[in-house]
Amino acid sequence: MNISDKITKIRVGTASCGIAAGANEVLELVKKHAGNIPVEEVGCIGHCYAEPLVDIETTGGTVSYSHVAATEKAIANMFELGEDNRFDIPAGRKAKELHKVIRLAGRICPTSYDEYIENGGYKGLKKAFAMQPDEVVGEVKKSGLRGRGGGGFPTGMKWGFLAAKDAEQKILICNADEGDPGAFMDRSLMESVPHQVLEGMLIAAYATGATKIYIYCRAEYPLAIKHLQIAIEQIYERKLNELNGRSLEIIVKEGAGAFVCGEETALIHSLEGKRGTPRFRPPFPTDSGWKEWPTMINNVETFGNVPIIIGEGGDKYAEIGTEGSKGTKLFALAGDLKYPGLVEVPMGTTLAEIVFEIGGADPDNVKAVQTGGPSGGCIPVELFDTPVDYDSLRSLGAIMGSGGMIVIGKNRCMVETARYFLDFTHRESCGKCTFCRVGTKRMFETLERIVGGKGELEDLDFLEDMGNKIRKGSLCGLGQTAPNPVLATLRYFRNEYEVHVIDRQCEALACNALVDVQLEQSNCIKCKLCIKNCPVDAVSDDFVIDNNKCTRCNTCIEVCPKNTIFRVKKGEGFYSE
Amino acid sequence: MQESYGYLNKIDKDPSNLIKGLQAVQATEGYVSDVSIIAVADYFSLPAVEVEGVLSFYAQFKRTKPGEYHICVCDGTACHIKGSTLILDWVSTELGITDGETDENGLFSLETVACLGCCSLAPVLSINGKVYGNLDRKGTVKILKEYRNK
Repeated sequence: MNISDKITKIRVGTASCGIAAGANEVLELVKKHAGNIPVEEVGCIGHCYAEPLVDIETTGGTVSYSHVAATEKAIANMFELGEDNRFDIPAGRKAKELHKVIRLAGRICPTSYDEYIENGGYKGLKKAFAMQPDEVVGEVKKSGLRGRGGGGFPTGMKWGFLAAKDAEQKILICNADEGDPGAFMDRSLMESVPHQVLEGMLIAAYATGATKIYIYCRAEYPLAIKHLQIAIEQIYERKLNELNGRSLEIIVKEGAGAFVCGEETALIHSLEGKRGTPRFRPPFPTDSGWKEWPTMINNVETFGNVPIIIGEGGDKYAEIGTEGSKGTKLFALAGDLKYPGLVEVPMGTTLAEIVFEIGGADPDNVKAVQTGGPSGGCIPVELFDTPVDYDSLRSLGAIMGSGGMIVIGKNRCMVETARYFLDFTHRESCGKCTFCRVGTKRMFETLERIVGGKGELEDLDFLEDMGNKIRKGSLCGLGQTAPNPVLATLRYFRNEYEVHVIDRQCEALACNALVDVQLEQSNCIKCKLCIKNCPVDAVSDDFVIDNNKCTRCNTCIEVCPKNTIFRVKKGEGFYSE
Repeated sequence: MQESYGYLNKIDKDPSNLIKGLQAVQATEGYVSDVSIIAVADYFSLPAVEVEGVLSFYAQFKRTKPGEYHICVCDGTACHIKGSTLILDWVSTELGITDGETDENGLFSLETVACLGCCSLAPVLSINGKVYGNLDRKGTVKILKEYRNK
């Protein structure tokens, strides 16, 4: 294999999404052929759609390759600095993004302490040590940083509460239980720059006088846990955890798969080894939390911002963003768009800029965007000039949430999407509050009826009424926000609900009970793939699909080489007698 | 303490480590059996009913033995709108088992999970932790065949 002598270093992105796209196989081949050139595993640069990604450092700068296949040919192309599969960041992303928190993600080896230091790491901590703890809290207050987990509570204020406590033990918890399905900002940060998140925690511990740190991480993120643990060992070795005259313990605890544990008091119960049910507040955790000690909980991304704030100063940090929301925000962009991945933008960037310019979504094929996951709401495309900040999103009936952003295309059904979220929340309700436990279940059943073609017009009033009652009658954030996806879709897409219950049709052709499947005979080449693959023998020998037998599993549509099989409106397909 | 649960000894006996203890059991045995519940309860000096209470609260814990290859079909938001229910259908049809079941030979078991965090590659599934993304029917069936022939 010809290897260009300009190459000085090779970096392969092996975060979770890279691995899922085949990065480990690529890495193995690269290592096999690289000879003496150092090969490094790095985290995620946020361009998940282009994985596996390989960066080649050369004497003349970095050359990047995307969609690298694990073949000798693809590797040879890179080693010769060939033109195939060259990767350049799309113009929209270059223009609109501002990388501060993920500045180093994918650029340095996540488990190398030295590389983090070489790139300015732990400077914030050093600077903090030279200040008084209350000055550090002051800087965070000045920065205007608000909790990135979704609540948006001013971080500096929270720090102030804990710092003011005089107790033998004070507990700091990092909430890394990213339970919102469709969000992966925290995973990326922990996998790619674990030291940055830990630096934030150490600064917080110094400023608030915390005596112990817990990181509560989802068990579904094994790589994040591994990288955190390696980084913690490195911190111990260098005694960076010796602060306020004692040695601070940092413990990673794995969650066990309960969405409600993202809620502060539920998370604390889970850390205590109990069922993760929330409790009434007050007392707030900063008064009585883990084993009744004063406890403060911040999210991963919040901690990721802290070294930047201390490094550049709170005032400088606050120059970016809007009146009420400062700094940048990470979003996990997924769904119906060209460039899904992790993006970082200044607060106040509009939804249109994120979805169309950064995400490359087709403006003709976007119906809405769902922010905040199951606790959030959808925002229709007509309102995409809304700036993204805590307050604007809330005024539209959605929430910022942790930063999951799912683009919903025109061919998706909003009623089905609402049903999906209620399916999730009714199962994740901890059962403590009656309205949340029973109410979400009733809403889910009602939505099941509607997508099943058996809904009535009065069901829509019931959904609205019940949704408002659940909001008022629930103790924690899960219940208070669970009806949001339904209430938001009812507000912006009521017509879709009406078509389901009045016309008994689904315009998006998504709801199985409201569609038929039909084979267009004129283009059929009679290859019989549909007949062979149909699991219920619904395709006859003369290529007619019997909708009495058909389960709408889409198998025939997928296997048809000529795309002659379609979903059609209910009643347009063939039914046997 | 029964001999076979010796691995629990590495964990501090404070009841706040109960979930950790149960995770250790599941990592070793693949699930948490009735016998294990009693062993864990003994270890942490808790009533068995309390252990069962905590166990049943969290989705991670399985009470039945999974197959040699455990398949998790992701039904996170991004995967859902990209057709994860179809993926589940196809896997079900191919293996003859539904969500939560293990096949007769103990080779495959199937469950849906909330989110694997690989949303940009939706729809995805994982087999024994290895994630496969951008699935269509052909790809899904091919992956299952590879595992069956292993």
